[in-house]
Amino acid sequence: MERERKPLVEVRELKKYFPVGHKEVVKALDGVSFEIYQGETVGLVGESGCGKTTCGRIILGLYDKTDGQVLYRGRDVHAMSRSEQYAFKKNAQIVFQDPYSSLDPRMTVADIIAEGIDVHHLARDRQDRLQKIYYYLNAVGLNESHASRFVHEFSGGQRQRIGIARALAVEPEFIMLDEPISALDVSIQAQVVNLLVQLQKEKGLTYLFVAHDLAMVKHISDRIVVMYLGTVVETAASEALYARPLHPYTQVLISAIPIPDPEKERLRAAQTIQGEATVAAAAEGCQFRTRCRYATEQCAREMPELREIEPGHFAACHNLNVVNG
Amino acid sequence: MSKLLEIEDLRVCYHTYQGDVQSVRGIDLDIGYEESVALVGESGCGKSVTGKSILRLIQAPGEIREGSRITFDGRDVMAMSKKELRAYRGGEASIIFQDALASLNPTMTVGRQIMENLLYHRRLSKKEAKAEAVRLLESVGIPKAEQRVNQYPHELSGGMRQRVMIAIAFACQPKLLIADEPTTALDVTIQSQILKLLKQLQTENHTSILLITHDLGVVASIAERIFVMYSGVIMERGSGEDIFYRTRHPYTRALLRAVPRLDGDSKQTLDSIEGTPPDLIAPPTGCPFAQRCKYCMPVCEKQMPESTAFSERHSAACWLHHEMAPKVAGINDFAEVLREV
Repeated sequence: MERERKPLVEVRELKKYFPVGHKEVVKALDGVSFEIYQGETVGLVGESGCGKTTCGRIILGLYDKTDGQVLYRGRDVHAMSRSEQYAFKKNAQIVFQDPYSSLDPRMTVADIIAEGIDVHHLARDRQDRLQKIYYYLNAVGLNESHASRFVHEFSGGQRQRIGIARALAVEPEFIMLDEPISALDVSIQAQVVNLLVQLQKEKGLTYLFVAHDLAMVKHISDRIVVMYLGTVVETAASEALYARPLHPYTQVLISAIPIPDPEKERLRAAQTIQGEATVAAAAEGCQFRTRCRYATEQCAREMPELREIEPGHFAACHNLNVVNG
Repeated sequence: MSKLLEIEDLRVCYHTYQGDVQSVRGIDLDIGYEESVALVGESGCGKSVTGKSILRLIQAPGEIREGSRITFDGRDVMAMSKKELRAYRGGEASIIFQDALASLNPTMTVGRQIMENLLYHRRLSKKEAKAEAVRLLESVGIPKAEQRVNQYPHELSGGMRQRVMIAIAFACQPKLLIADEPTTALDVTIQSQILKLLKQLQTENHTSILLITHDLGVVASIAERIFVMYSGVIMERGSGEDIFYRTRHPYTRALLRAVPRLDGDSKQTLDSIEGTPPDLIAPPTGCPFAQRCKYCMPVCEKQMPESTAFSERHSAACWLHHEMAPKVAGINDFAEVLREV
């Protein structure tokens, strides 16, 4: 990774606590830091409830933060003036997980795609607006005849394409993809992923790809951030992470994915871990310790810091030497 | 050896205002004793409908068509009386669904829901049933089972709820368990726990399993035989090795190639399957996959191909296996495959 490149998005010690009554809080994010460089795809993975979607939404300014900073081109996303915010929202877009509930059923596809174009005054006149709508429909593999239809007339895969077209329509630099394919069928997933990769090449987009499907994340990402219950446990280049996962959680996560190959499946010793992701009773210490087979007393006392183990490969664990023999 | 379950020419349709949706269009499927079989396909291909049909759980506006034959352990399921069906469902064959929260009764403790089965089918006393419920919860790996029996479904996590479903399903040591996407809603670490549990319970209880799923990875680890379904018909059937290493149907091959693999090269373009499955109100007369198939020939759109057998267990329904068909590497041209290897 070229170190001199300036990051497009910088997340610094981001914290988000949700109050759950009785003065208790859920620490959805507890000191998350990572960077996203221009033109790359960062995969954000973890199990449900680990805070990956929350993190993505805070980056886009959709949620307030509790503490920490999100910088977009060096500017604090949560301390922008109105005009800066306006520009930021043109540059950073989102594609939601559920293609059914994220599109307005009472709007035509043309109006859905053009909403951003209208808000940001990107079209000179009606003709230009229509041209743009057709262009983006074509870009995502739909055609002109779809423009006047309503979303209920489309299948899940087609709806997700409309969602992508809507995000593209304002010519953004950065798109957060929040589980964009998990609601789709296998054969359709490949179509959408290929489309995303192709659009990235054409338009030089930067992606934050939030997902729980590690195989797909590996396929699309340059770098991967692994989260566990509000903390980052490991970040590395995609190849390095899968070739040599350092953190015990990442190891378990990767080994838990079934491989579509009976022979390999039989030979490989899948590590199953006991228990489920629950917030540890005491706030201190490593969140993963309750399910970790290497957990020591130190893990309960102090939270491990993210350390650079190999160039570009960070992991947060006290016992890395033991874990990796 | 005779089979535990035999399905012949199963046809299921749903009556709607637009017309009859032909969800299942004449499939044959069989499951041996203590065998695990997987039914794989995309959403809307009729795999869940097939699973429900086995327990005769199809409700109006759906209907199992006349002429469908389902034989369970030598008995005709289609001819069962209401009373026989009650003993059959939950007693000899049980089913678990994808969404455990929707399947469990929110107003009853999980203990009572397990006991229901035991009281009815095994005629245990309440006290015995309660003790048995605790034992069952322990056997599916729920810690502190004595306390958990008195809890309601909403107090449990998704993985726990699925475990409760499994406990209910295994309460009467059924001969057949139909698991309809049992791990789809769960995280991967929980998924591997549940799959391990299913395998373990299968050996302990000598149960046959029909695993219905869209995930070929899940299938690889658990199934002895695999049926690949598309648009209400079986496209290919065979052992795990047949399906994964000796794929004979273009659809199966496309499915296998459409998913990125952890053990493969990354950043290659995925082989996507263009288009969408056909409308089952007016299903195509030919092969349903013809529209999306790379190797489509004129005959494919006209007539549904017959199943071609390659071994006792392995067969595929594709015109490419007709003697007049052109050779396609990896599907009907083996010399080409050997060269690739």
